[in-house]
Amino acid sequence: MTAARATAAVARPPLDVERLRADFPILAQQVHGRPLVYLDNAASAQKPRQVIEAVAHFDATDYANIHRGVHTLSQRATDAFEAARDRVQAFLNAADRKEILFTRGTTEGINLVAHSYARSSCHLGDEIVVSAMEHHSNIVPWQLVCRERAAVLRVIPMNDAGELDLDAYAALLGPRTKLVALVHVSNALGTINPVAEIIRLAHAKGIPVLLDGAQAVPHLAVDVQALDADFYAFSSHKLFGPTGVGVLYGKAALLDAMPPYQGGGEMISAVTFEKSFFKGLPGKFEAGTPNITGVVGLGAAIDYVQQVGLDAIGAWEHELLAYGTTRLAELPQVRLIGTARAKASVLSFIVDGIHPHDIGTILDREGIAVRTGHHCAQPVMQRFGIPATTRASLAFYNTKAEVDALIAGLRRVIEVFA
Amino acid sequence: MNDDLRELYQDVIIEHSKRPRNFRPLEHAHHVDGYNPLCGDTVTVYVDLADDRVSDCAFLGHGCAISTASASVMTETLKGKTRAEAERIFQDFHDLVTGQRADADPEQLGKLAVFAGVSEFPARVKCATLCWHTARAALDGQDEPVSTE
Repeated sequence: MTAARATAAVARPPLDVERLRADFPILAQQVHGRPLVYLDNAASAQKPRQVIEAVAHFDATDYANIHRGVHTLSQRATDAFEAARDRVQAFLNAADRKEILFTRGTTEGINLVAHSYARSSCHLGDEIVVSAMEHHSNIVPWQLVCRERAAVLRVIPMNDAGELDLDAYAALLGPRTKLVALVHVSNALGTINPVAEIIRLAHAKGIPVLLDGAQAVPHLAVDVQALDADFYAFSSHKLFGPTGVGVLYGKAALLDAMPPYQGGGEMISAVTFEKSFFKGLPGKFEAGTPNITGVVGLGAAIDYVQQVGLDAIGAWEHELLAYGTTRLAELPQVRLIGTARAKASVLSFIVDGIHPHDIGTILDREGIAVRTGHHCAQPVMQRFGIPATTRASLAFYNTKAEVDALIAGLRRVIEVFA
Repeated sequence: MNDDLRELYQDVIIEHSKRPRNFRPLEHAHHVDGYNPLCGDTVTVYVDLADDRVSDCAFLGHGCAISTASASVMTETLKGKTRAEAERIFQDFHDLVTGQRADADPEQLGKLAVFAGVSEFPARVKCATLCWHTARAALDGQDEPVSTE
């Protein structure tokens, strides 16, 4: 056996995909008379029974408002909620549980940093650096800050493969740069950015870095301390958990120095009409009653993902990605958009002369769910000179047979328009 | 391919999407831009009015097969119509693609009847109607871009 084959044998995923699929009740259905092939995981991932049941059990037995009641249910609910914070801390390897803030999602986490951190640190002529492959949610909040503070948004360019130009990036960092806000894994291209190196370069100039991890956490293990990330945001619903819940990690020293984002109950220690006293972390940034049940569901989702194992997930998805890339290459009319060397399991593509919406409609009638459009990343589409793509985004519960179904569906699409 | 799809992607629609009619700018004609922010489709509709009658109609833009074919057939349909006739056709077409006209008279709708299949695909109704909303704004003499959202 050659060395390469030995490596391949070792890397063979220990995932029992068929057994794991049985954990996801929604997958076992027919759509338009065909078995559902769910390839829209980057938009929102499906929930395993373990999450669905944890949520139902909590609502049926332990639910109450948190952090304020002396009664038993309130204590149980608080315990469950705070246990989820511990799970997130371990999941991201944060140094302290108080560095984990619950939000409504990645978008709110980014907005929190924009409002609380960037608005107070940016002034006339200061700069915020983002990349050419950001989701709108990591562009617009910074544009709002820049408009208010007369600051400037600078953009790291990328090459035709969808990889950032690190030399251009290094050249963008200067004395006016107040923050780098960057996507960890691109939703539209699948690119996995070299974030450790990007953070190192920024820190060499004393610039903090926020990472949008929405598309990263379902696919790869994230260690915020090893990365030395200053802020890290992600959403529960892309991690097989409920919608309406997200996490913002922030280094305690930064969060402590930041003003509150929203005022209200939960985030204060005392209120008079003359003055209010804010809680310490994490309460200072968690005004109002949070999505308690959703947070409990996120905790269950993290348990599930860790039980499956992100290394095994990554290995299987890498194999699926390689298989899908090879099979798409059989269709000469298809061009992949996003061909970075380091890539998560996203197949974004265009088909000669056929609009993505027509592709999406025809695939849907074959039971295949894909996303079509600009994926909330219009600057990415502009960079590649296309209006939209079709995107198949794979999760660990997807199979090679499903990739085959996609290819067969695309052959049908091409036939219709032949 | 199942029947709904065959009904949606009729030969006439595929043909018009590949070779759209009146796909050109009209110099000096009034024109309005239409935009579907959900999918990024854009269309610019040009109308020349002479004595309240459409003397010429054309379009530019990019979009899916349904939106391109719809704009193509629309420009053919509107030529020679008065503004009142155009408005009535717009209403008929809208009812057709939203499935509110099971009793639609194919004679009256003419070539537009090929879009009846759209009603089985609610997510695609806006693809078919964007150009019509835009044309209506142009006929009303408006300048503001039209958006489906």
